Amino acid sequence: MLIIKDLHAEINDREILKGINLEVNAGEVHAIMGPNGSGKSSLASVLAGRESFQVTQGEVFFEGKNLLEMPPEIRAREGVFMAFQYPVEIPGVSNINFLKTAINEIRTYRNQPQLDSKEFLKLTKERQKLVEFDAKLVNRSLNEGFSGGEKKRNEIFQLAMLEPKLSILDETDSGLDIDALRIVSNGVNKLRTEENGFIIITHYQRLLEYIIPDFVHVLYNGRIVKSGSKELALELEEKGYDWLKEEVQSESVQ
Amino acid sequence: MSSSNDILDQLNTKEYEFGFFTDIAMEIAPVGLDEETVHFISEKKQEPRWLLDWRLKAYNSFQKQSLPHWQNFEMPDIDFQNISYYAAPKNKVKYNSLDEIDPELLKTFEKLGIPLSEQKALAGVAVDAVFDSVSIGTTYKETLKELGIIFCSFGEAVMEHPELVRKYLGTVVPHSDNIFASLNAAVFSDGSFVYIPKGVRCPMELSTYFRINAENTGQFERTLIIADEGSYVSYLEGCTAPRRDESQLHAAVVELIALDNAEIKYSTVQNWYPGDREGKGGIYNFVTKRGICKGNNAKISWTQVETGSAITWKYPSVILQGDNSSGEFYSVAVTKNKQIADTGTKMHHIGRNTKSRIISKGISAGMGNNSYRGLVQIAGKADNARNFTQCDSLLIGDKCGAHTFPYIESKNNTATIEHEATTSKIGEDQIFYLNQRGIDTEKAVALIVNGYAKEVLNQLPMEFAVEAQKLLSVTLEGSVG
Repeated sequence: MLIIKDLHAEINDREILKGINLEVNAGEVHAIMGPNGSGKSSLASVLAGRESFQVTQGEVFFEGKNLLEMPPEIRAREGVFMAFQYPVEIPGVSNINFLKTAINEIRTYRNQPQLDSKEFLKLTKERQKLVEFDAKLVNRSLNEGFSGGEKKRNEIFQLAMLEPKLSILDETDSGLDIDALRIVSNGVNKLRTEENGFIIITHYQRLLEYIIPDFVHVLYNGRIVKSGSKELALELEEKGYDWLKEEVQSESVQ
Repeated sequence: MSSSNDILDQLNTKEYEFGFFTDIAMEIAPVGLDEETVHFISEKKQEPRWLLDWRLKAYNSFQKQSLPHWQNFEMPDIDFQNISYYAAPKNKVKYNSLDEIDPELLKTFEKLGIPLSEQKALAGVAVDAVFDSVSIGTTYKETLKELGIIFCSFGEAVMEHPELVRKYLGTVVPHSDNIFASLNAAVFSDGSFVYIPKGVRCPMELSTYFRINAENTGQFERTLIIADEGSYVSYLEGCTAPRRDESQLHAAVVELIALDNAEIKYSTVQNWYPGDREGKGGIYNFVTKRGICKGNNAKISWTQVETGSAITWKYPSVILQGDNSSGEFYSVAVTKNKQIADTGTKMHHIGRNTKSRIISKGISAGMGNNSYRGLVQIAGKADNARNFTQCDSLLIGDKCGAHTFPYIESKNNTATIEHEATTSKIGEDQIFYLNQRGIDTEKAVALIVNGYAKEVLNQLPMEFAVEAQKLLSVTLEGSVG
């Protein structure tokens, strides 16, 4: 589904990603962990197409198409979704109106008929229940005055509504209390199918107790320095990142 | 690296949709302005002597005034001697029924989305269509007549209801009010007249559609709306003009009179030709609009969506004379390319327990300049007057400007006056967020802008709210990325 080959990217002339290689197949959940500043969120931004990042080398293919050539809205319509670490507020634009616009833009791109109000409402109700999203928030202005947790849950609600093929969760667990964490994780688990893939970026192993990943990768200094199964996350939790840093450094010395 | 400026800088002008010209035989007065011009127009309209005298007094005060200089833009050169003050389609002085209107004119209005045949007309909206200097037709006149409502062209009102016109004309905006109001009073050629009798709630939206077509002409129309005791009316005006390199002057006057317990809701969707992206051409929209809540518990509400014109310069105001009367002003003004808007309102609190509410939303893009200018005045006897003002500015790009000039004068210490103001920029983050959900940048800006202006758009009659929303989106198309 997603193939990343030797991806290098910079922001403000500073190289952040220094050769990322990663393959995500349908039905897989990949967790990306790593210390602060290792490039985790930058990777998410580059995949989503944030313009402030400049790709200097490497390739990214999504379902066989060159992802890096697409503007952000086309990537989204192709099925790439990013749950933002800091979702923005847009005053006066209702959540529902925004979602309807988004869904219909995506459907038009895929040559599917637009949803009429009745179908849309039905879908909204169903998905809102699925991810336990408060009905009151659905009708409010987009993220305006939402608490941090509500914003994150809105991201998962949008994910449920837009049904992407690949979802990138950028530190969705940060700032969530334990109840919210459970609700968000349950939502993701319910949305997990054989057809879609997830990249879950997180600092802590905690989230991975709820969403069991198929693979865990450790990102350090712009590279994936270690990949493994879900046990790797436990090991990191126990030992921290320092042993990995040392390992990487000694490797580079050799 | 592409910064937000790179994205926002790539301005291009969306073609003005209504820039076409109707080729029709016209009677156009030669350019120039003197007493003869005033006589000529009055004669054309077969007006009574009192009206001619009033025009001549106005012309006299026009001559004594010079152009103001306090506005927040450079006054363009206006050569009053190089304007034609009267332009009317030939052949027909007066249309007795809508069937007699020149098909070319009907086509023009149809193209503008204003069908004048009642079968096709917007349900629940009566329209008076003004083409250059004259009204060419008014729909649903008969239906309204049954309720005693008078809705007709100004010229017709002078003929058929002279007592009403004479009683109220110039009582809110005197002929000497300001130079453009004086000019209008001297040379106005047509406009709309509305009278709602006591206790009648007008069952449909009344609207006037103004179209400037002829070259080198100015449009000087007058609107006079009188809501008698306990009546209600909602009125809307729309305007467009052809695309031209020369600027044209539009100096209208609108007077609203609300008696005891009456309510007038006046909405404007202004889409005059704004000029091209270098600022060439476009309408100078210099308009005097004022309403008076003459009676107790009267209410006047102005709503304006200003997207067109090279320069928009107007302050729809309310004189709150009656006790417990209230005035409202809701405005969205958009300036892009080199457009200028210096607009706002004046609320004069005279009666006791009078209330006013001002919501102004300025949107500047490109090299546009947007100024809010407002005056809240509380007179000595206006006990317990209340005002709430909110003026927000939204900037798109970094070459545009937003300015606010709020004035408050209170002579009564029981007054409560609140003023809130914000300035914000459409953030790259907001656009990216919407992009990431599959919405392209044009649509993203439209969503954000409409969200920002929602409070004002909600005030528009339903039939027009959707149109105004679309207009806002189209106007800003190409302003970003």
